[in-house]
Amino acid sequence: MTIRVDYRKKLQAIFDKLVLMCRHAEDVCEKSVGAFAEKDLEIAREVKTIEKTIDKLERKIEKACLRLLVMEHPVASDFREVSATLKIIKDLERIGDQSKDIAKITIKLADTNIDIPENIRQMGVIIIQMIKDAVQAYINRDLQLALSIDETDDKADALFDIIMNDLVSIIQKNPQDAKQGLQLIMVAKYLERIGDHAVNIGEHTAFLIRGKV
Amino acid sequence: MRKIIDTTLFALTWIFAAITLLVLLFIVAHIVINGVPHLDARLFEFAFTTENVSMMPALVSTIFMVVLTLLIALPLGIFTSIYLVEYVKKGNKFVMLIRSATEMLAGIPSIVYGLFGMLMFGQFFGFGWSLIAGVLTLGIMILPVIIRTTEEALKSVSDGYREGGYALGAGKLRVVFRIVLPSAVPGILAGVILAIGRIIGESAALIFTAGTMPQIPETLGHSARTLSVHMWVLSSEAHHTGEAYATAVVLLLLILVVNTAAAVVAKFFITK
Amino acid sequence: MRQKCEKSKKGTRATNFIRNLCVQRMAKTVNISINNCNLYYGDFHALKGIGNDMPMEIGANKVTAFIGPSGCGKSTFIRVFNRMNDLIQNCKITGEIKIGEQDIYDKNTDVTLLRKNVGMVFQKPNPFPMSIYDNIAFAPRTYGVKKKARLDEIVERSLKQAALWDEVRDRLKKSALGLSGGQQQRLCIARTLAAEPKIILMDEPTSALDPISTGTIEDLIRELKKTYTIVIVTHNMQQATRISDKTAFFLMGEVVEYDKTRQIFSNPKDKRTENYVTGRFG
Repeated sequence: MTIRVDYRKKLQAIFDKLVLMCRHAEDVCEKSVGAFAEKDLEIAREVKTIEKTIDKLERKIEKACLRLLVMEHPVASDFREVSATLKIIKDLERIGDQSKDIAKITIKLADTNIDIPENIRQMGVIIIQMIKDAVQAYINRDLQLALSIDETDDKADALFDIIMNDLVSIIQKNPQDAKQGLQLIMVAKYLERIGDHAVNIGEHTAFLIRGKV
Repeated sequence: MRKIIDTTLFALTWIFAAITLLVLLFIVAHIVINGVPHLDARLFEFAFTTENVSMMPALVSTIFMVVLTLLIALPLGIFTSIYLVEYVKKGNKFVMLIRSATEMLAGIPSIVYGLFGMLMFGQFFGFGWSLIAGVLTLGIMILPVIIRTTEEALKSVSDGYREGGYALGAGKLRVVFRIVLPSAVPGILAGVILAIGRIIGESAALIFTAGTMPQIPETLGHSARTLSVHMWVLSSEAHHTGEAYATAVVLLLLILVVNTAAAVVAKFFITK
Repeated sequence: MRQKCEKSKKGTRATNFIRNLCVQRMAKTVNISINNCNLYYGDFHALKGIGNDMPMEIGANKVTAFIGPSGCGKSTFIRVFNRMNDLIQNCKITGEIKIGEQDIYDKNTDVTLLRKNVGMVFQKPNPFPMSIYDNIAFAPRTYGVKKKARLDEIVERSLKQAALWDEVRDRLKKSALGLSGGQQQRLCIARTLAAEPKIILMDEPTSALDPISTGTIEDLIRELKKTYTIVIVTHNMQQATRISDKTAFFLMGEVVEYDKTRQIFSNPKDKRTENYVTGRFG
């Protein structure tokens, strides 16, 4: 026997939309990193349109969540679901923003013949994996996976420090490339931020599953 | 179609209600028209003589009869009802016996009560034709009425009152007498009115037990006739029909007074 | 108060009552402890071993809410605490229910005194068909208070505690049935307070009231919990979250979960509780 059918449907609809938003975020990040690595301007421009879709979805889901809170007073796991959703969409939206920023730098760097350092590519791979893990953990309610993202983030942070040092020494050696070097540092920083958002999503998922952070 | 049935049914109920009202009005009018011209101050003299068939002794006897009968039957009936409703567990055999006994008592024709009263109180107890024999017989006769109506009145008192009383730590006695019984008073009064009606209107049972002596009884042992019996005696003697009608008018008024008084008392209890 | 206590040592019923009051004033409110409570209506096992693995403790100066679907035993259970189930035929109770140090199902327990200490407010407001004053004075009169001045004092204090005094002070002698539903319920609360209880049981006290009256009564409950231990049965889960400190979820005569209200409504441990509070029951 199921009761409050309409309420269940609304909750499900929110969940479905969030899953869609997650997929878009994965997509936008993957494309942004890919475009950066390959200096592919077309995909970099595509990133901007996907980012807009993500923004729209964020507003839609937020509205649906607030309406559900007011009208249906969800409690217990339902409440945690809605509250986690409200937080996750913020992180996803930031992921979209930062992916867009990376795409902007990709376009700026298109004219230059600068080499993308190998460890930034490597970091991109790690970050994409983190987002995929976070989304997977959320959809499958996988507590272990959700908590493991934080550990991966330590690796990403360590890698970020190495990239910073490398780039600083490159700039010191070749001051004429300082501008491009700074752009690269920015990309690394954006990636690091995206990683932090993935960790946040993992934490929200953990709260959703066990009721505490 | 539905509308036609509706209208027909409405018309039918209206007509039957009107017929009932007309019958009642006819009876009252008949009594008033035939009785009022014979109403005479002399009919209210205290002494009854063969020339002046005064109804005053009968009026006084009626009041005695009502008061004394209620005095016996009311406590008996009310306490029995309280026992039945408040104290006995559901499905008790003894209670079912009491219930069916009271129901049977209610169905017995009054002439049988008269016969029983005469044999029991008149002869066995040796009261003869007396006020006390009449009172006891009528007491038994109205007991079922009082028990039934009191029972209903007590049952209709919301259980919330009882629960509320017990929850405040009040004992059964206090709950019954301070909360339940006062709330049941209007219902009990309805029963009392019915009972008074039966006492005032009774003749058959009284002829055998209280006799027909047209004097104000000085003791419980004296014979006494009530207004109804007075009417019966007068109408059986062909030349006093007018006075019989006059007595009927007084009877009507008496019942009107009793009902009004009861309504006033009930209202007092409800608003309080 | 202390002075009065000493004066009234001789011990008529009235002075005893006053002395009792003094003792109560000084004593703290008490908690309830339930150890393996079973209740049967004839063959029907209505309460199944409540507090059997660990005694269930209902804390003093707390509001404890009982929630659960109809027929789950919560109303039956609340009536265990003032032995209202004694009135029902074929009702058998086993186990140990302690209020403070007193086992209330002990042979020597004075049920009248128990019900004086454990007041109860019902679902439907049930003021007696008498004046407002007489309603409030009913309990003290039951315990032998006769002096008019003392009764006046109790009536005024109880009505003030129940936040009803200002609305009825001019018509104390009028019938209590003339009050609105919300006022009637507050009158019933005042009537209970007049007995100077330590614990107040409330069986869905607002289910027959409109939202505004409900709000007033909820405020009142929050106020009363400073002085009394309150146990409330409610079907309104928002109400439980608003006013209670702890919540017990009942299902088929068992306590499925008993925890802080916050915990029950944000992260219940038992799946059945989760299903019930989220409306996924079944």
